[in-house]
Amino acid sequence: MTTLTPILPVKQNSIRMALVIARREIRDSFRDWRIILPIFLLTLAFPALMNFTARRAIAFADQYGAEIIATQLIPFLLLVVGFFPMSFSLIIALETFVGEKERNSLEPLLASPLTNTELYAGKMLAALAPPLTASYLGMLVYMFSLWTNLAWRPEPELIIQVMLLTTVQGVIMVAAAVVVSSQATSVRAANLLASFIIVPMALLIQFEAGALFWGNHAGLWWLIVGLGLTAVVLIRMGLYVFNREELLGRDIDQIRLGWMFQVYWRRLSGQGWSGPKPLRVRRFPRPLVWYKETFAIFPSLLQPIGMLLLAFGGAVLFGIWLAYQYTLPPEMQAELTGANMAANLEQYAFLLTALPLVIILQNVRVIALQALLGVFTFGVLAVLIFMLPWGVMAFLATQFYLAGQNPFQFLLAAFLPHAILEFPALLITTAAILRWQVVIIHPSPDHTLSENFLMRMADFTRIFLGVGLPLLITAAFVEAHVTTRVLQMIYG
Amino acid sequence: MIETENLGKVFDTFTAVQNLTLNVPAGQLLALLGPNGAGKTTTVRMIGAILKPTTGHARVNGYDVVTQADGVRRSIGLLTEQPGLYTRMSGLEYLEFYGRLYGIPDKETRARGKAMFERFYMAGAEDKRLGIYSKGMRQKVGLIRSMLHNPAVLLLDEPTSAMDPHSAKLVRDAILELRNDRRTVILCTHNLAEAELLADKIAIIKQGELVAQGTFAELKQQLLGQPQLEVRVDKPLNGQAKELDRLVTVESVHNDTIRYRTDNPDVTNPQLVRCLHGLGLGVISLQPVSQSLEQVYLRVIEEIEVNE
Repeated sequence: MTTLTPILPVKQNSIRMALVIARREIRDSFRDWRIILPIFLLTLAFPALMNFTARRAIAFADQYGAEIIATQLIPFLLLVVGFFPMSFSLIIALETFVGEKERNSLEPLLASPLTNTELYAGKMLAALAPPLTASYLGMLVYMFSLWTNLAWRPEPELIIQVMLLTTVQGVIMVAAAVVVSSQATSVRAANLLASFIIVPMALLIQFEAGALFWGNHAGLWWLIVGLGLTAVVLIRMGLYVFNREELLGRDIDQIRLGWMFQVYWRRLSGQGWSGPKPLRVRRFPRPLVWYKETFAIFPSLLQPIGMLLLAFGGAVLFGIWLAYQYTLPPEMQAELTGANMAANLEQYAFLLTALPLVIILQNVRVIALQALLGVFTFGVLAVLIFMLPWGVMAFLATQFYLAGQNPFQFLLAAFLPHAILEFPALLITTAAILRWQVVIIHPSPDHTLSENFLMRMADFTRIFLGVGLPLLITAAFVEAHVTTRVLQMIYG
Repeated sequence: MIETENLGKVFDTFTAVQNLTLNVPAGQLLALLGPNGAGKTTTVRMIGAILKPTTGHARVNGYDVVTQADGVRRSIGLLTEQPGLYTRMSGLEYLEFYGRLYGIPDKETRARGKAMFERFYMAGAEDKRLGIYSKGMRQKVGLIRSMLHNPAVLLLDEPTSAMDPHSAKLVRDAILELRNDRRTVILCTHNLAEAELLADKIAIIKQGELVAQGTFAELKQQLLGQPQLEVRVDKPLNGQAKELDRLVTVESVHNDTIRYRTDNPDVTNPQLVRCLHGLGLGVISLQPVSQSLEQVYLRVIEEIEVNE
């Protein structure tokens, strides 16, 4: 053997490294007939079939003078022709990390000088490039044959929209599938988890089909923007959660409720997470220490609070805009007076005793909904739910203004006394929810994804129990007993 | 070249490795031994900057495995227990792929690859698909891949496990050459004869803990004590061995053979020979009983099991 002096390999350009990975994977895919044959069929045979379907549909609709229905079907079929080959990206992407792990080829790759980003980008590109190329080719074949057979020339806007939709859908599917693949313990587990991608995508296609059928191009542009943002979030999430450690270290995919509870309880009760060996868990934490720890979470809430304040501003502006768009008719405006409000309140005075409980339960229910729905939407629905009451409030105040009333007097009488407490309570609690739910996109590197998730959930519970709930209870009593009196005083 | 201090790794609640302190200077080969599940692979993965240690720290070729993981990865060549090749690629394509990751021009990779294929008696197979390679051939390709960029440090996990004796010998020779070429090698193996032959130092781990470390001679001395000596006489022994008890510690007597230990062989051996002569027995041979690494290993493992 030749004796060679050890040389430290030089750092390569990141794009080049990602392309090395992508090229190998693509070459590998093109050597697998199980991938290449269906892609080939979907690129050539399927567009021909769709072309035949389009012609038959047009001929059929022509008999009844419903050409418009048939012509609206053509763009939808274009979308379908583009989507079918794209579905292969999901299969390739789902297999990408976990498949290599099962074939034991991942470890040498992880020991190479590749960075996580290079490896991740290379894998994504490899999963995306062949199906996307097949998609574009399929759409070209479909459009070309329609042009030759029916002289159908699509509008450039439609072509751009469908191509962008196909691309963005592909990126979303691949990004989500790569996340699944990097977190799953086996190909089987990854395939099972794929339903979380397939079902929303199927619904999305139906929605897009509806928009295309009705020719709602403006709506499609918004959809493309929304999907583009989702793709960015998913790619970012994939990059953050991609972790060499987890790829090789995780072998068991059972749910360990005991361990989950332990991590959650330690954080919630103030035991912290200081190592693998179970600490002696105190049954109940010391209140003062617990509150001190809870307030220590506050600095990390500043960023989500900032975002929520922006969302609050947006909700207020949207409420005002809506009020101008949908101004109440004069007869309804005439009824929109403080005096009417005070009179209405008097009718329901007997309910005041139970009102605080109703308000508390309502607010707790809303927070539970935010927590639940936010988990599946990376906090998006939690923010939207937070925005809702403030948007309604701004809408009503503006309607008062448009009816010739003083909107500030209305806000002072109907909202301010309890909102002083309720607003910070909802702001802080939603910020804790948001901080918890975006942890999937940006987890701390010191802990695993599940630990991060459970610990942030415990932080939210602390904030809710220690700060949010007491404030909401107080606000409910203020709303029932103080706000009503202020309203009576001002308008009564 | 490789230094670890109190290195430990915990997976959730399972402690895979703990308090592992190793020091392998440049040009040395450390054999890492231990039963299945002892933590050898986890140790190699931590040293290779694939897994982050939970406790302690490690440096490879001057780079910290956590803060300078990139430097570590560029310094090492890793052969995993399962070579994990891309079966639709040819041998050379596979090497070219890894060569590109290490920044080696394709032409150079091909030249090195061909030379190594020849060296490992696989000439002609380099353009064939890896899927049709035998187990041993795959393992050799894995080894070639790990050596392709001439790393300063090699981490070899069971390099000869699937090989026939001839191939195993070729690989052992290659490892010896690497060591002679001042490469630092960590070799995980269950093949104790191989470890005895190749290793400068031996470390035995069990249940994630280092239970013995040193050169083979040191371990023998430490664990098996003074070498056992065997004397063979020309007539069967009929209880005469008892006479030797005042000179040496007799450990076994079998027909015409006595096995014993002594702290001072220079003095006691001539006395023993004279004594045997005095008893009317002629000495045919007197030699140390060979001690293998297997004995050392089994003694370590037995001692731990007894203590447990």
